[in-house]
Amino acid sequence: MLWETFLLAQRTIRRNALRSTLTILGIVIGVAAVITMVTLGSGATAKVTSDISSLGTNTLHVRPGQGMRGPGGARTSADQFTIEDADAIASNVAGLAAVAPTATASSQAIHGSANWSTAVTGASNTFFQVQSWSIAQGRVFSAGELKAGKAVCLLGQTVWEELFGVVSPLGQTIRLGKISFKVIGTLQEKGQSSFGTDQDDIVVIPLRTLQRRIRGDTDVGTILVAVADGVATTSVQGHIENLMRERRGIRPDQDDDFHVRDMKELIDTLTGTTTVLTALLSAVAGVSLLVGGIGIMNIMLVSVTERTREIGTRLAIGALEREVLMQFLVESVVLSTFGGVIGIALGLCAAGLGSYFIGVPFVFKPGIVAASFLFSAAVGVVFGYVPARKAARLNPIEALRYE
Amino acid sequence: MASESTPPLIEFHQVAKVYGQGTATMRALDGIDLSVRAGEFVAMMGPSGSGKSTCLNILGSLDTPSEGSYRFEGVPVERLSRDQRALLRRQFLGFIFQGFNLLNRTSALENVELPLIYRKMPARVRHEKAMAALTAVGLAKWAHHAPGELSGGQQQRVAIARALVGQPRVLMADEPTGNLDSVRSREIAAMLKDFNRRQGITIVMVTHEPEMAAYADRQIHFQDGRITSNGHHGKKR
Ligand SMILES: Nc1ncnc2c1ncn2[C@@H]1O[C@H](COP(=O)(O)OP(=O)(O)OP(=O)(O)O)[C@@H](O)[C@H]1O
Ligand SMILES: [Mg+2]
Repeated sequence: MLWETFLLAQRTIRRNALRSTLTILGIVIGVAAVITMVTLGSGATAKVTSDISSLGTNTLHVRPGQGMRGPGGARTSADQFTIEDADAIASNVAGLAAVAPTATASSQAIHGSANWSTAVTGASNTFFQVQSWSIAQGRVFSAGELKAGKAVCLLGQTVWEELFGVVSPLGQTIRLGKISFKVIGTLQEKGQSSFGTDQDDIVVIPLRTLQRRIRGDTDVGTILVAVADGVATTSVQGHIENLMRERRGIRPDQDDDFHVRDMKELIDTLTGTTTVLTALLSAVAGVSLLVGGIGIMNIMLVSVTERTREIGTRLAIGALEREVLMQFLVESVVLSTFGGVIGIALGLCAAGLGSYFIGVPFVFKPGIVAASFLFSAAVGVVFGYVPARKAARLNPIEALRYE
Repeated sequence: MASESTPPLIEFHQVAKVYGQGTATMRALDGIDLSVRAGEFVAMMGPSGSGKSTCLNILGSLDTPSEGSYRFEGVPVERLSRDQRALLRRQFLGFIFQGFNLLNRTSALENVELPLIYRKMPARVRHEKAMAALTAVGLAKWAHHAPGELSGGQQQRVAIARALVGQPRVLMADEPTGNLDSVRSREIAAMLKDFNRRQGITIVMVTHEPEMAAYADRQIHFQDGRITSNGHHGKKR
């Protein structure tokens, strides 16, 4: 019987194809909006998360200055870190996988007639470990090179391509400023960061080499700390902060002149924004579903009036109240779920296109698809009930006589 | 077919129908006593507004009496709920209306199947029975046409097939030929008479035309909500 009712409903809807289409437009738009937003939002979150994870999720960045809190000038006024600070962290704080002191300088990289301005990072081999960055060709630094501050370097994919094209750079020499460096290796391609910068635009040289021969100081710009698996980053963060306050002689009433940033915090901040955005747009979509529901109710009321004689005939033949109720309820549910299905399809298409153009991964969320489907069905039940009950309660004699 | 010894299928006792409230009340039926035996073909006649349709609607359990009692096979219909009366109609009654009341945009066959759908009959059995009913009214060829593609007489025959497909005990017809010319009217009347005789279906038919009423076993005349004559004037055919 339910199947018969379903077929009947589906036929009635097809008979009024144009009207049915217009009726479900609200639901279609609402559902499509929800699906698009949630899918794109999840894609953006996934991208941000994976980008930051590629930097190392359980990585802490220890930098001088007050970080993003104070005005940009804070950094210069604070004392820089030194290699000794990094060593102190490595030997005093428990639960660490690796500590990588780094410093950077921007420089012109030259090979033959090729010329490329890039960022030079001075680091030891722990840098690759903390960044979970693998070597594509060649090797990492030897202990002797690190200690003596030799002029050797590893190239990021971009720098390699800019200077050498497709030729292997191993064993070749490039110039950074006035100094010649021997290329001992290349780094695996990493792609864009979530901030849109090219992570492969990098030359890595031993930290000591950078300090002595390029910057001419002993500063360490950032100490990267990789926390061992299963260790809470927050506790490690606390330990490092205490240690650094001690080493830098900060009195209890003074603020830190350095900051320890957890990459997880950054992820939370960034994904938090997309969550808020998603919630906001979902609210808008909810309103359009409500409007869609009212549209369905309106058209169902019209339909009941138009088909008064049909209802009268059915009642005279012996249809029960609940059978007539069911007929109209099924019709409105079929209508609304049909809208839901179209909305889901449209939403997924739009999300697919959107993710392609924005450059975020397409994340299919079965949960939201199921929820949208059920929600659109619920809209049909809720807003179809009043018209259906009106039909079921009709007086058969009056309905039969209705013109 | 009908004989005095058959127990009454339908029994009205002092049935009244009152419309309106307060001083503006209007007694459309005013104390009707009536009985119809199984297998009878009864015609209801009388001037416009005399209460024929009101009486037939109560007989068909589409409406309830304001006063009096109505027994169908001994069951007090006035005490049944709305849904129980629907089940009574579904099981025992068939209707033919003056305006045909076929569902447009569905085929003749589907219209005839409708009562069987409400009886939850499997689709295959339904098709067979509906086809047989259409064949019985001579419309087998038109089974897949929409009512709009049929003539008035053909449409009324579809309606007859629909009313009879479930093999009801009683067929209620309110001016079944009111929209048709006299040739079509006679065809319909003859057809009803034939079903009455061969299948023993009880028929109660409201009509204005003496020519139609002549096909009935008995004519009941109404005037101002009362029965003025309840005799056996009809020619036995
Ligand atoms: N729903 C109603 N409300 C008020 N009065 C009604 C209603 N239905 C019928 N009546 C009145 O009851 C009386 C009997 O009506 P009914 O339809 O039974 O007459 P009828 O004999 O079938 O007439 P006709 O031959 O014109 O069909 C009429 O005076 C009519 O106005
Ligand atoms: Mg009438």
